Amino acid sequence: MTLTIENLQEIAKTETDAVESYRYRINVCMAAGCLSCRSDVVKASLEEEIRRQGKEKACLVRGVGCLGLCAVGPLIDISPLNVTYQAVQPSDAPEIIGSLTGAPVSRLLLPADQPFFSRQKKIVLENCGIIEPERIESYIAAGGYEALYQALRQMSPRQVIDEVTASGLRGRGGAGFPTGLKWTTVYKARQAVKYVVCNADEGDPGAFMDRSVLESDPHRVIEGMAIAGYAVGASRGYIYVRAEYPLAVERLRRAIKQAKRLGVLGENIFNTPFAFDIQLRLGAGAFVCGEETALIASIEGRLGRPRPRPPFPAEFGLWGCPTLINNVETLANIAPIVRRGGGWFAGIGTEKSKGTKVFALAGKINNTGLIEVPMGTTLREIVFDIGGGIPAGRRFKAVQTGGPSGGCVPEQFLDMPVDYDSLREVGAIMGSGGMIVMDDGACMVDVAKFFMEFCMSESCGKCAPCRVGTTQLFGILERITAGDGSIEDIDTLKELCDLVGATSLCGLGQTAPNPVKSTLRYFENEYTAHVRRHHCEAGVCAMGKAREATT
Amino acid sequence: MTPTAPIAQKPRTDVNPVRIYTLRIDGRDVSGREDETILTVARQNGIFIPTLCHLDGLAERGACRLCIVEIQGSPKLFAACVTLVKQDMDVITDSARIRDYRRKILELIFSERNHVCAVCVVNGNCELQDLAVKLGMTHVRYDYLNPPQSVDASHPRFSLDHNRCVLCLRCIRVCKDIEGASTWDISGRGIHARIISDLNQPWGESETCTGCGKCVQVCPTGALSEKGKSVAEMTKRPQFLPYLQMMRKEAEI
Repeated sequence: MTLTIENLQEIAKTETDAVESYRYRINVCMAAGCLSCRSDVVKASLEEEIRRQGKEKACLVRGVGCLGLCAVGPLIDISPLNVTYQAVQPSDAPEIIGSLTGAPVSRLLLPADQPFFSRQKKIVLENCGIIEPERIESYIAAGGYEALYQALRQMSPRQVIDEVTASGLRGRGGAGFPTGLKWTTVYKARQAVKYVVCNADEGDPGAFMDRSVLESDPHRVIEGMAIAGYAVGASRGYIYVRAEYPLAVERLRRAIKQAKRLGVLGENIFNTPFAFDIQLRLGAGAFVCGEETALIASIEGRLGRPRPRPPFPAEFGLWGCPTLINNVETLANIAPIVRRGGGWFAGIGTEKSKGTKVFALAGKINNTGLIEVPMGTTLREIVFDIGGGIPAGRRFKAVQTGGPSGGCVPEQFLDMPVDYDSLREVGAIMGSGGMIVMDDGACMVDVAKFFMEFCMSESCGKCAPCRVGTTQLFGILERITAGDGSIEDIDTLKELCDLVGATSLCGLGQTAPNPVKSTLRYFENEYTAHVRRHHCEAGVCAMGKAREATT
Repeated sequence: MTPTAPIAQKPRTDVNPVRIYTLRIDGRDVSGREDETILTVARQNGIFIPTLCHLDGLAERGACRLCIVEIQGSPKLFAACVTLVKQDMDVITDSARIRDYRRKILELIFSERNHVCAVCVVNGNCELQDLAVKLGMTHVRYDYLNPPQSVDASHPRFSLDHNRCVLCLRCIRVCKDIEGASTWDISGRGIHARIISDLNQPWGESETCTGCGKCVQVCPTGALSEKGKSVAEMTKRPQFLPYLQMMRKEAEI
């Protein structure tokens, strides 16, 4: 059977009718954040309560993806009442089901008008918390796979690439390479066999954007990959996802199976000669395998170590074939771009950074969670309006963007619009979208030490500057935070940062010094206080505590 | 392509399978085949670029970073052993910045494990020691890490001293690509990476090792050595490799 657009529309209609035949749809977040606070038990108790009250015909309980505000999970959302409840416990079920016809349960109510929701603009996350990630019908009802149909039946590969180029989309993995240009490079390669790889080896501490997208809307990534495959001329794709994301892996597996059964993956998709197949590859926990050449080695079954570039994977990738490697979020942007046109996408964001960006808010911030904002939104809006500011009345100190490759952005840049170029200017990077907010209780030397320890233990050991350099840097930072540092140590830090950054083989080593560099740039006074006065202002470092104990 | 640009003529591959480029290295005009690296062309012209993980006859690895060079017009540094020559490339192999970086990388390598020349079997015949002399590295200003490392003397003819290993992985490459035994491999990550034989068994118990000794000959330091040699008595002869490669190529034809 070959799938036609009519089939797709019929599936969508059946699904929408089925869902809308219920008077109340109770959406329970079933992404990892809420699941860890037992949202699965909440869902079961809601279902049981509905049965007990005999409301099976009027109420439908659905397990949906991430609703965003992970800080107050488990979250449930009731449509069409437009009511969101926070921190729901299984024991709340009778009250919630009982109140459907009357006034909402005020003690659980999450204010609907709060800026966390109203200030966001969702493209990548448009289906998150709305559709059921485990059912392909739910994705199709939200317009899923229409873009693939449109691309395969109405556009040439060149036209698809033109739309992506026109959209101005840049790689969301961190470096911000223009996606259209990358696609064109692979498209132009003459070899018959090409590959598309989705990089889902999200490893930055505090980042969970890709995980949430895969858990909440896996079909979007699959559709993006199939469109990419069509555009560049590849008929095989791999998703390299870390094994530490078991739920994402499970949902991807299920989604791939459903897509194959329905015929949106496989041979003769939508009655065209185009064939596309996707396989999963699980990473075994090495951060360096997020680097594209190491990732390729890992998929091939070799040791996950980077190799010098050029040749770039677009030319010489998996098994020597031209390979397109895109991040999860990049691929998640593809279907909307094809559906609504590159021009629409280019109308969002700033001059050089188009579209939206998903950020994972973590650290000392009230609204820990997943957000999506247009490029160019200021840090102040993100941290204080959407993020709800700093808890316990403490003072904002800095925000770390881009994980261990990024840097700390201090308070004076709060009004800076967040995009690739402005972040780079202040010594940080966009990175994949992790934002760790720090209050005045954070010691910046300690923060730098944390990230350096991460880079040291994740360095693959291939090139000497990264292998030994990160170890030396960590040793010096450890000495400084223990109160045994000298003023010369700060000079050695600067010297090693420059050396490791300039001479390392791959991106991991080249960017490993960034957290030290940026904290030295804005908080050198803290470093000097540590070495000159043996004083840690924040009281984080052990010597600070020892000092307090003696006075 | 702009409409006024002349249509590029497809090069004839039947008579000219490989293109030859002209470029500049340290201000000298040189020429190189498109499949040759900067390092190869520089050495052909007597221009010195220090190397440690590179060895003629083995696959390139680009890992020691000592062969970094500058290319005019790019702020980045390039490893000469893995960067192919291009037409009109302008390479600088010896600037104050590069000299400084190379010396510091060497200091890092010296600081990583225990490199005490005075008690080493290859004292006087050591590539690492020679590099320190050539690059003018007189002191190590970084902290010696002195990690506890073991010595594997279980093999009847050779011994492995992890203290002297610089992780150039020449032994792994020669064992896999030339001898075809794949006895050597690497375990661990980052600073904990170390050479292992088979699945981390004592070398003497290895069932794959043919005892050919190629790894010992290509090892740049005293990490792999012959038994029965005392301080400064061990010399290495890695020169066999290019000849071996050449003879094998001839045998193929």
